[in-house]
Amino acid sequence: MTDPDILVIGGGNAALCAAMTAAEAGARVLILEAAPKPYRGGNSRHTRNFRCMHHGPLGPLVDSYTEDEYLADLMKVTDGKTDEALARLAIRTSEECLPWMQERGVRFQPSLSGTLSLARTNAFFLGGGKGLVNAYYRTAEKLGVAVEYDAAVTHLEREDDRIVRVDYTKDGTTRSLTPRAVVVASGGFQADTDWLARAWGPAAKNFLIRGTPYNRGVVLADLLDQGVEQVGDPTQCHAVAIDGRAPKFDGGIVTRLDCVPFSIVVNKDAQRFYDEGEDVWPKRYAIWGRLVAAQPDQVGYVIIDAKSLDLFMPSVFPPIKAETLPELADKMGLPAEALVQTVERFNAACGDTSGFHPTELDGVATTGLTPPKTNWARPITEPPFYGYSLRTGVTFTYLGLKVDARAQCSIGNRPVANLWAAGETMAGSILGQGYLAGFGMTIGTVFGRIAGQEAAAYAN
Amino acid sequence: MQTDLLQEARRQAEICNACRYCEGYCSVFPALHAERAFSDGNLTQLANLCHNCRGCYYACQYTAPHEFDLNLPQALANVRQDSWEDLAFPRAAGRAFQKNGVLIAVATVIGFALLFWAARALAASGGDGFYAVLSHNAMVAIFLPAFLFPLLSIAISLRRYWRRIGAGPLRLAHLHAALKSASSMRNLSGGHGDGCNFEDEDRFTHARRAVHQAVMYGFLLCFASTSVATVMHYVFDMPAPYGLLSLPKLLGLSGGVLLTLGCVEMIRLKLKSDMALGAQGARGGEMGFVGLLGFVGFSGLLLYALGQTAVMPTLLVIHLGAVLAFFLLTPFTKMAHGFYRLAALAADAQR
Repeated sequence: MTDPDILVIGGGNAALCAAMTAAEAGARVLILEAAPKPYRGGNSRHTRNFRCMHHGPLGPLVDSYTEDEYLADLMKVTDGKTDEALARLAIRTSEECLPWMQERGVRFQPSLSGTLSLARTNAFFLGGGKGLVNAYYRTAEKLGVAVEYDAAVTHLEREDDRIVRVDYTKDGTTRSLTPRAVVVASGGFQADTDWLARAWGPAAKNFLIRGTPYNRGVVLADLLDQGVEQVGDPTQCHAVAIDGRAPKFDGGIVTRLDCVPFSIVVNKDAQRFYDEGEDVWPKRYAIWGRLVAAQPDQVGYVIIDAKSLDLFMPSVFPPIKAETLPELADKMGLPAEALVQTVERFNAACGDTSGFHPTELDGVATTGLTPPKTNWARPITEPPFYGYSLRTGVTFTYLGLKVDARAQCSIGNRPVANLWAAGETMAGSILGQGYLAGFGMTIGTVFGRIAGQEAAAYAN
Repeated sequence: MQTDLLQEARRQAEICNACRYCEGYCSVFPALHAERAFSDGNLTQLANLCHNCRGCYYACQYTAPHEFDLNLPQALANVRQDSWEDLAFPRAAGRAFQKNGVLIAVATVIGFALLFWAARALAASGGDGFYAVLSHNAMVAIFLPAFLFPLLSIAISLRRYWRRIGAGPLRLAHLHAALKSASSMRNLSGGHGDGCNFEDEDRFTHARRAVHQAVMYGFLLCFASTSVATVMHYVFDMPAPYGLLSLPKLLGLSGGVLLTLGCVEMIRLKLKSDMALGAQGARGGEMGFVGLLGFVGFSGLLLYALGQTAVMPTLLVIHLGAVLAFFLLTPFTKMAHGFYRLAALAADAQR
């Protein structure tokens, strides 16, 4: 194929937003997507909503959600480790993005069952992120954007302040392109478990990767090696506790387990290690990723009894079930005696459970137990007993390319004249740690559009 | 029912229930998300609620090559198809015809033969128009039982269905909701109103919805035409033939055109669609049925166009033969889906 004006590396939300924007500005655009067509879209396939500022009802969103409130929500989860200027840019632009997304085929649905708390702040994609990705590919094709699948970029050749050549492999051969401008939107490196292990330690080999196996950080590493400015702590990744039986890659949303607050969680020695009832699960599932990662073999075991089984969203894999605790311990590979002791000690520390309320902090707590359980502490007594294993599931990494408000990359203090970045690969420029539901898609959409616009202006 | 089909649908429904991304597409997902475990009855109801719009398949992050290998449209289509066969009365007829286009064609030819025989054996004496070929009384003698038997058969099947899914007492409001949904094929609108996925992978269009409505309303218009004519014959003593501007002709002509074009277009869309998202092994039966239905419409139109010519007696016998086969096969072909669908929508209105 002839060299495009603009080469977009990656095939997810940010890449597509950049490609559509550039094509609408008249540029000839080529997308190189490393995944085969069924897996196109990177981690966007697994997303489900877009966090959006709005004044008054907008699309599926009710009431209002102001810039300051949005920013405050963000600051809370990142502990202030946020680039406020870029965050405000993303937040402020999100409002005009929603109709822009609709015009390009994205359809929204009312807040999903079990997510009513997000009805004001997050617009849910009908069919989820893959529905969004499909719509964008259709729109991009209509705009004349070319797409190559199974096309893995291996190297960007730089001369001074410009990218002069891009190498990629397809069908077993190496090919080169000389586009006028390049947008990198190829995600983080979490699917490269060797890299994760170098950053985190050998325990990372036991982590599960919740998203695409194609985010191996090849382009990111290539650019960082050449001195392109980096941002974010390489040892940091967003990790949550998920069902231990989830696939190594791509388990996505269904592998989540919402039963921890109604359970006790033990390690492989059948010992508890943290307050399971510290807060409601949406506010705690992320710290449990780290808690489980710190246990031997990076695994935890959730134990509940019959009275709690229907209190949480159904799990994708059925729980392990037994009539007695020793039998359950046996089935789960836990030391039976130790598990019985741990449960008895916990049960003895439970008090009055009449105030039990599954959906709010009920203060039904243990007394004299270490670690305590400070809410929803009901004795585990009613057979059958159920168990799940928990493992650490990595969502994304924070290490990435540092960009400015024009989504442009730099070396030292000088911008790389024809290199822009969008999406997960530059999200570390905004998010230092933590995560706010739906903000990844906001960053991808806002900066994808900026990158597409800037790259097109440069190429034209 | 085949337990392997139910088990596969159950496996997939449990994954869907942990995901819920597709909640907005159609009636299946809210119904699915209301359960924690899926009985055979639950799955049968979900299967008959599913209109095979395929939105959930193309939006699914877990379709092959993912190891979860989700294909909910097919899993439900398989259960649905199996339920029609299993609930049919008599069951053997359901098993024989539902998936077998050849057998449907054979039955149609037997219909022609029967009518030829009838025209010869019960030769009319002195009727006008069509009744010169076969007297009105002879037609009634053949078609009344051929109409009543399928009705009885379907009534028995629907009773079996209602019991199997464990539905509560039927109220008028449930029926009203079901008819309202079916009349607009709300479940093929995709939730967003852009239509469904069918003939071009993940592109949303109204093609299938429009074509289905052409077939459905075309059929209902033809049926109304015959009903009106029956009333005119018996109540008002106004026997056929009727003029162009008479009610039976207006209904029949418009219905025949809709039905014929709808069936042709339906076959064309089906040929473009991905077979792997429909019931396994059912395409022959589906095509056979749509073909037969389209032929009923087309032969009726021909009969109108050439009714004054020498080929009329042959055409009449062929048309009536097709109608006879169509009626008798109604409980055992895709035609039955309309009744189960209404039942499923009515049961869903109870939720």
